[in-house]
Amino acid sequence: MMDCVRIQPASDRSLLVRFGHEITESNQQVRRLLHLLESEPIANICNLNPAYCSLLITFDALKLTHGELETILSGYLTRLDEVRLPEPRQLEIPVCYGGEFGPDLNEVASLCGMSPAQAIELHTSVTYIVYFLGFVPGFAYLGELPEPLATPRLARPRRSVPPGSVGIAGRQTGVYPFAVPGGWRLIGRTPTAMFREDRASMSFLSIGDRVRFASVSRARFKTLESA
Amino acid sequence: MLTTVQDRGREGFGPLGISPSGAADPISLQLGNRLVANPESAAGLEMTLLGGTFHFPETAVVSLTGSDFGATLDGAAVEPWTSVDVRPGQTLRLGATRTGARCYLCVQGGIAVKPFLGSASTHILSGTGGLQGRPLRKGDVLEIGSSTAPYHKRTIDPHVRDRLSPYGALRVTPGPQLDWFPESSQHAFYTATYRIGEQSNRMGLRLEGAPVLRGGAGQMITEGVSLGAVQVPPEGLPIILFVEQQTTGGYPIIANVISADLHRVGQLRPRDEIRFEQVDFETARSLLIEQEKLLINKELVLE
Repeated sequence: MMDCVRIQPASDRSLLVRFGHEITESNQQVRRLLHLLESEPIANICNLNPAYCSLLITFDALKLTHGELETILSGYLTRLDEVRLPEPRQLEIPVCYGGEFGPDLNEVASLCGMSPAQAIELHTSVTYIVYFLGFVPGFAYLGELPEPLATPRLARPRRSVPPGSVGIAGRQTGVYPFAVPGGWRLIGRTPTAMFREDRASMSFLSIGDRVRFASVSRARFKTLESA
Repeated sequence: MLTTVQDRGREGFGPLGISPSGAADPISLQLGNRLVANPESAAGLEMTLLGGTFHFPETAVVSLTGSDFGATLDGAAVEPWTSVDVRPGQTLRLGATRTGARCYLCVQGGIAVKPFLGSASTHILSGTGGLQGRPLRKGDVLEIGSSTAPYHKRTIDPHVRDRLSPYGALRVTPGPQLDWFPESSQHAFYTATYRIGEQSNRMGLRLEGAPVLRGGAGQMITEGVSLGAVQVPPEGLPIILFVEQQTTGGYPIIANVISADLHRVGQLRPRDEIRFEQVDFETARSLLIEQEKLLINKELVLE
């Protein structure tokens, strides 16, 4: 495994550790390294940013150099295969698809040569992995979206996407926790709050979770939203 | 008007997608806190381009650092970079900036708000930290932390201040995707003068000027992005990711502002002009060490 690991400085206080380009396998290595660094922290590391195939490590540049960190890391990297990741949680996200909640559903369906109902069926048919949280607090990158549903991003991103919007882009899907600009195509909306500062875990989803989407009616959406 | 409560920020929550936030010009906040005998972790107010009016019902010791917003206390000019004794009932007024983008108001005892993940910093987008997770509004009442230290006049040595904020190009190290850009584009990037766009904020600074074009059309796999990363979207106009940045990104990064120059980014206003100069990682590190030496130097504060 060590052979496919590449380490590169990203800034004067960060290193990028990359594990190949094949997401399913590489992401497991990312989660293992993250888990190991969280359970056995290295002094003077300030932050960790996991992604599909990489982990960005930020450190205190007054106390550590890229070279010193790389040497310490090599000891961690040789132990990745021993890391036992915690048993993943299984979670469900209720979604009201289409209409004003999913303004791009019809276009996605027609781009993919299917009916909106078939698109919903496909989106709810698989179990997704939370590859990582990134972009904004609580935004989970979920994959993989079934191939027939893969659609490119919007040519012109929206200036503001309503919180709870469920989007797709390429083979990814995810839920926008906050009103932010976004280029993913919106197919529905969930009443589940993806990020709440008054909740112990804050983010509804954590890295490594297994997630399924469930189609709910507008009435059910309203009930859940006010619950 | 954009005034928020800020401290050094909350680093370490990348796995949740939370960026550190914190003061855009942390050195000005740090020196402001030093002037009023606060710990370095104390929270102050960060004002952007335009100040505001602050009424003090009780006695306070304050300092103004960063850019000059033409402050007055009950009509009399206030010396910046100096601790000021405020009597009960006095009013501090700040206008539009005369120099850079941000002015910091520190108060002895610090601005007391409920911390979020160990920090008072406002993260505007997620509505967390600071005062109710939002910028200040007219009529807000801020609590001041308790402090018993008597007033003591302190000033930051102007010579050291000048050395902390050198003029000239923003220094950057090579970005992780530098080699995605052909030599001609790299040359364009390092010779061009860029103007800070109006759309710039604490999340990022949008640059206007010569576009930096990519060679190939390969898609990048989303990865973690560092503070000060200069990312280049397809149309070629660079964006400097800043304190309230996205934690991951999918655009190639051509360069990264060095740590010692990040505080200067916090003072850039829309329409200001900048250039980039590449330095190696060794140089970036020695510049940071040099800066730290200036900051811990006892002679920095004149008493």
